Amino acid sequence: MGLKRITLITLGYFEREILKNVAALVENELKGRVDSKMEHYDLESHFDPVRKQYNGNTLLKYVEANLAYDDRKTIALVAVDLYIPILTYIFGQAYLNGSSGIASLYRLGNERYGLPRDEALLNSRFAKEIIHELGHCFGLIHCHTFDCVMKVSTYVEDIDQKSTSFCSKCRQQLEQDGHL
Amino acid sequence: MSKKISLLVVDDEESVRDSLHNWFLEDGYRVACAESAKEALALLENDSFDIILTDIKMPGMDGLEMLKRIKTLKPDAVVIVMTAFATVDTAVQALKDGAFDYVTKPFDPDDLSHLIRNASKQITLTTENERLRDRVVTLENVEDIIGDSEAMRNLLKEVESVAQSSASVIINGESGTGKELIARAIHANSSRRFFPMVSVHCGALSESLLESELFGHEKGAFTGAVYNRKGRFEMADNGTIFLDEIATISPKMQIELLRVLESKSFMRVGGNKTINSDFRVICATNRDLKKMVDNGTFREDLYYRLNVVNIVIPPLRSRKEDIPLLVDHFIKKFCTSMSRNTVNIEPGAIKRLQDFDFPGNVRELENMIERAIVIGNGKEIKVKDLPLNKDVAVSQVESLEDLEKRHVLFILDKYEWNVSRAAKALQVDRVTLYNKIKKYDLKQSS
Repeated sequence: MGLKRITLITLGYFEREILKNVAALVENELKGRVDSKMEHYDLESHFDPVRKQYNGNTLLKYVEANLAYDDRKTIALVAVDLYIPILTYIFGQAYLNGSSGIASLYRLGNERYGLPRDEALLNSRFAKEIIHELGHCFGLIHCHTFDCVMKVSTYVEDIDQKSTSFCSKCRQQLEQDGHL
Repeated sequence: MSKKISLLVVDDEESVRDSLHNWFLEDGYRVACAESAKEALALLENDSFDIILTDIKMPGMDGLEMLKRIKTLKPDAVVIVMTAFATVDTAVQALKDGAFDYVTKPFDPDDLSHLIRNASKQITLTTENERLRDRVVTLENVEDIIGDSEAMRNLLKEVESVAQSSASVIINGESGTGKELIARAIHANSSRRFFPMVSVHCGALSESLLESELFGHEKGAFTGAVYNRKGRFEMADNGTIFLDEIATISPKMQIELLRVLESKSFMRVGGNKTINSDFRVICATNRDLKKMVDNGTFREDLYYRLNVVNIVIPPLRSRKEDIPLLVDHFIKKFCTSMSRNTVNIEPGAIKRLQDFDFPGNVRELENMIERAIVIGNGKEIKVKDLPLNKDVAVSQVESLEDLEKRHVLFILDKYEWNVSRAAKALQVDRVTLYNKIKKYDLKQSS
């Protein structure tokens, strides 16, 4: 079957350069065709004025309903802070074995933590999060292998610990399911 | 591979249910959702969940009420209460009602991961605890009570049923039938198994020593009492006390024992403080206590107090079909303890053993097998290795000296008291053999 095509779509304001760099990193890792495009979409309908964050659940439902296709995996990229009702924030989320996911770079930049901006590190972290959400779209659950891209990350330090690659067990599952 | 942890999310908000559902699915858990306490309880009737996460404020039954109901049905259930409106009162109430944790929404993703990991550990610990408890029972179980005969199967059934209660037991059986083993099996299968079983050999102690042993003593109570000492009744608190050879206790001790059994309290020898102890009594004897009651040497009230349940262990000669199993068991036991390769036993030897009456019962058989392994050729136990010769005393062998004495006599008889040939067979020199003859006062039978 081979890897389905992957589409990365930015929603709301997003730097083109970041999209280009991140798409290249994702394509390099997954060796599959990665399309990328920018959509001019107003995210305000997902904004919660009490939490001052954007609702990841409603956004994901929107992406699934309007931007996803059966013949590909679509990850919507945003630069805003995402949340789901139960958690203080999320980096992203996706439908397990589904067609779509979302990922945010809002909390991935060093400057968020009072450190000097590091473009390469930001791109690397974002690429890992996108590949992680794609892994969920391909049916992978969180992995305990410390450097597997499917290891759950709750802080940016966790993201830095892992690689952009799937571990052998996750890779084997992808191969068995016909995704690689 | 370990079983997937299963979670039930109970919240009236769809977005919360969806979020947690997705989050936990991605973590590899099995997840179900319910939008109300009523729906959750209905789900729990047909399915079990390792962890239940519930909101507090829900229409209809609230989360705290549901928590109480769940804990009533399943005290081990791990229930995590979540709320967006945290108060100290609800937190305290939830934890008092048995909640595993109380968390405020929204929480940090790391906190959620930790919460579920800790809850999963609790489940693993509970499961492991149950497994270890079962293992403790198995370890102390009936491994050493060997026998497949109907008599032994009935005996084990009796042990199982007696163990369920705390009733006093008298175990009757000839010497060497395993009365203490049975007592241990009863204790190990009872609700008292996590507390001690304390044994007292009543026949081996004088009246005053037995009194001190059972009740303990205070410092200075008698000459030699240089410190306070807990008695066996005190040590057996919540557990079992095993009184072996109960028939040997004096009339005075019978009265003391009756008093303790009735009041479950006593004082140490030389003491003035009442001590309470909740113990179960198991007694053993090879005498007919009922006859002793009839002829006035054992108190009738004590007899009936002790003899709530009576277990009779059959002598070995009435279950000869168990002898091959016992032999096999003892061979393995002694070869292991002597670090030897397992030896066989010739079929003729088994047959001879089954023809023997074993007045010393299983203990005698055990000693015979041990001796045969010690003196045998290391590969196979033969008939000649077993002291089944009718000229050899078959009284119970208690010590290595007894064993040596019998064996030396056996060899001397075998070689018709030719000291040189007997010494060669025993692999000792003549002087040593003469010393043994003198030591044990051995004489050639006419």
